[in-house]
Amino acid sequence: MASSGAAEADPGEREREREQHDDLHHQRRLASSLTARYSDWVLEALDELPGSFLLTDPALAGHPIVYASRGLAALTGYARREVLGRGARVFQGAATDRAAVAGVREAVRAQRAHQVAILNYRRDGSPHWVLLHLAPVFHARDGSVLHFLAVQVPIDDAGRGAGAPCRGAQGAVLAACREEARVDDDFPCASYSGKVFVDMDRRGLEAEKPRIASDSEKEKAISTANSIVAALNRYSKLTGLVVSGKRCDSVGIPALSSSLNLSLGRIKQSFVLTHSCLPDMPIIYASDAFLSLTGYSREEILGCNCRVLNGPGTSLEVIEEINQHICSEQACTVDLLSYRKDGSSFPDLLHVSPIRDASGKVAFHIWVHLDVGAKHDFNGLTPEVWQLGAVGAVRVAVRGLSASGSLLRPSQ
Amino acid sequence: MEMKLTIRRVPTVVSNYQDDADKPRAGCGRNCLGHCCLPVSKLPLYAFKANPAKPSQEDAASTKSLVNILLTEWEDRMARGLFRYDVTACETKVIPGNLGFVAQLNEGRHLKKRPTEFRVDRVLQPFDPAKFNFTKVGQEEVLFQFENGAGDDSYFLNNAPVTAADRAPNVVAINVSPIEYGHVLLIPRVLDRLPQRIDPESFLLALQMAAEAASPYFRLGYNSLGAFATINHLHFQAYYLSVPFPVEKAPTHKIPLSEDTMKSGVTVSKLINYPVRGLVFEGGNTLNDLANVVSSACIWLQDNNVPYNVLISDGGKRIFLFPQCYAEKQALGEVSQELLDTQVNPAVWEISGHIVLKRRSDYEEASETSAWKLLAEVSLSEERFEEVKAYIFTAAGLVQADEEEVSEGEEATYAPVPVAPLPVAEGCLVLQ
Repeated sequence: MASSGAAEADPGEREREREQHDDLHHQRRLASSLTARYSDWVLEALDELPGSFLLTDPALAGHPIVYASRGLAALTGYARREVLGRGARVFQGAATDRAAVAGVREAVRAQRAHQVAILNYRRDGSPHWVLLHLAPVFHARDGSVLHFLAVQVPIDDAGRGAGAPCRGAQGAVLAACREEARVDDDFPCASYSGKVFVDMDRRGLEAEKPRIASDSEKEKAISTANSIVAALNRYSKLTGLVVSGKRCDSVGIPALSSSLNLSLGRIKQSFVLTHSCLPDMPIIYASDAFLSLTGYSREEILGCNCRVLNGPGTSLEVIEEINQHICSEQACTVDLLSYRKDGSSFPDLLHVSPIRDASGKVAFHIWVHLDVGAKHDFNGLTPEVWQLGAVGAVRVAVRGLSASGSLLRPSQ
Repeated sequence: MEMKLTIRRVPTVVSNYQDDADKPRAGCGRNCLGHCCLPVSKLPLYAFKANPAKPSQEDAASTKSLVNILLTEWEDRMARGLFRYDVTACETKVIPGNLGFVAQLNEGRHLKKRPTEFRVDRVLQPFDPAKFNFTKVGQEEVLFQFENGAGDDSYFLNNAPVTAADRAPNVVAINVSPIEYGHVLLIPRVLDRLPQRIDPESFLLALQMAAEAASPYFRLGYNSLGAFATINHLHFQAYYLSVPFPVEKAPTHKIPLSEDTMKSGVTVSKLINYPVRGLVFEGGNTLNDLANVVSSACIWLQDNNVPYNVLISDGGKRIFLFPQCYAEKQALGEVSQELLDTQVNPAVWEISGHIVLKRRSDYEEASETSAWKLLAEVSLSEERFEEVKAYIFTAAGLVQADEEEVSEGEEATYAPVPVAPLPVAEGCLVLQ
């Protein structure tokens, strides 16, 4: 009796058991999304990172969340187990800007990084503005997408000046697009689930007033994203392969002509060239000295933005200064703290200068890095002037070659 | 009564101090290159090795190489804002065709200048201290002193006293109106205030600089007065452009020399199928041999009032000499208005095939034919060229061997070869 009693446990109990079993299986499958590619330590490493972020796996049905950070619970009110396996749309609600969602969706389709201010909803239904930073994580060798990382940085409303221009979330709130929302399942992250019906009356609430992320919030998002990629890199067990924040194969990042590569290869200084016309200014060339300075391989670094060298000690003011010089097509030399692949930092004398091709247009930017702490032979010059030698050499190489032909390899 | 030929010319501003040239100044205190400041100053020094044929310990791309130091210092002056414009913002292209003329659109170089009366019928004119000259240049425009270190290896010092005690220093200075990235001026013995006039020693110095640079893309040029030099203070120009110049690719016909004159190892050729008639000097057992032959030729030309241009190419191993007559034609009103309207001054770089255009329409429509047409106006006639050539040979101690066979059809080759547009740009090295 007792045994039959046990065997004939109430259906609810068995249901729960099966649910638990299925749940366990499901969780294992989710976990293996990470552990198949990284050592088990990766979870601990990610848990130690501050901030609110997710990893999603586009290869699994429904593009589920496969990892949620400790910081996510504090920000959203959702416990980790409540979001694992669900789509990232769980955070969206009635007044979430459709244009912003569409932008996220587009970025996912194009497999590129994207940053947007977006109105999310906490577990208790209260809306809050976050800066969403989304970036694909690629298999370094074949360029396939392994995961997407999504960092959420709360946008502080305090002391915010009005009128600052911002691209992205602001503008008309196109909330009444339920039909469209339902077919957006190719990327759940960007899809409004439809559970919450559009409530036009709520559009007047404070939540709808678009907020603009400050530069420090943007940098915080990027810095978190970089830490995530660094952690994934560290625990990668893809048989010597690594992942990086940017696609590293020929797709997307144009290859330089072999003659330009040859000319650049003779330059001794540590520098990278970034493509000025492509989104997010990816690195398209890295000198040998740069690779030995930073510890990255060429495959890892190509396609990345230069912010990959930023870390917690990197001055945001200085980054902003560089950005301003880039916008005004001016050169600048700055002191800042940069980070190697292994996480160690070095005092970096950085010179950034626009490089024009034969058409007179800015084609590239050169970033010459100098570890001030290391010993160098500057040939009697000051370090600042010595660095300029790389700039001059790149200018003559680019100008001469582009006058007589293309600087880029013809695309396949 | 002597007729004085003059044309109204717009001198290129080569120094930021040029506009002050007319204004008298009390005292100096400007850190200039004159006797007041230079002897007590310290400047960077590039000391080249005694034997230019000796392979350098450093490869050409080394940060210690001449080209690298020159570009480094040049970029530094650019960062300091010493140039009148950013030359890398000027469009440049290789014109499709057999020769591959290089065209540059430079709309700013000749703006905001006062035309001056310039005497073009005298190749040699005395140095005039009242006019702009390089002793009035500020020291920040100097990249380095350029001296023979007399040792086995070259070296660079960032800060060296100016050795004015024993001799005037040679300096390399920026041209504040560059026609290409890295455009500099080599000013031999700046304090000696030499007029624009070739002498064997200065010409050897120019060859030594080319040899020291050891790059086919680093060339020096010289314009005599009357052949578009705008400053009567001895100087050579130089810049780095990693494109072959049309004149360097043009076919040549070697002129047979008597055994006696072969001893120096210098060979002489005549350019064929190029719009400007010219002589090509090559070889020589030593750099000195080559310098002596070519400077003798130059000296005959300037002493006999024939304007000329010189291109020092291929690391000092090939020298092109072009006697020319454009300014004379211009002053006599024999140049077509169409060509005058382009305002192109056919100096050494233009003659070599690197043509700086001032109007966008000229740039857009530039073709091998239009470039040829311009340069053909510069050339001496065949008859006059042969006459001058004979004098040059005598002056340089060259004796033409008797067995020369001049093919009758050679004259007919002075015309552009019509070409169909190429599917890819000439000189395109990048297709894989």
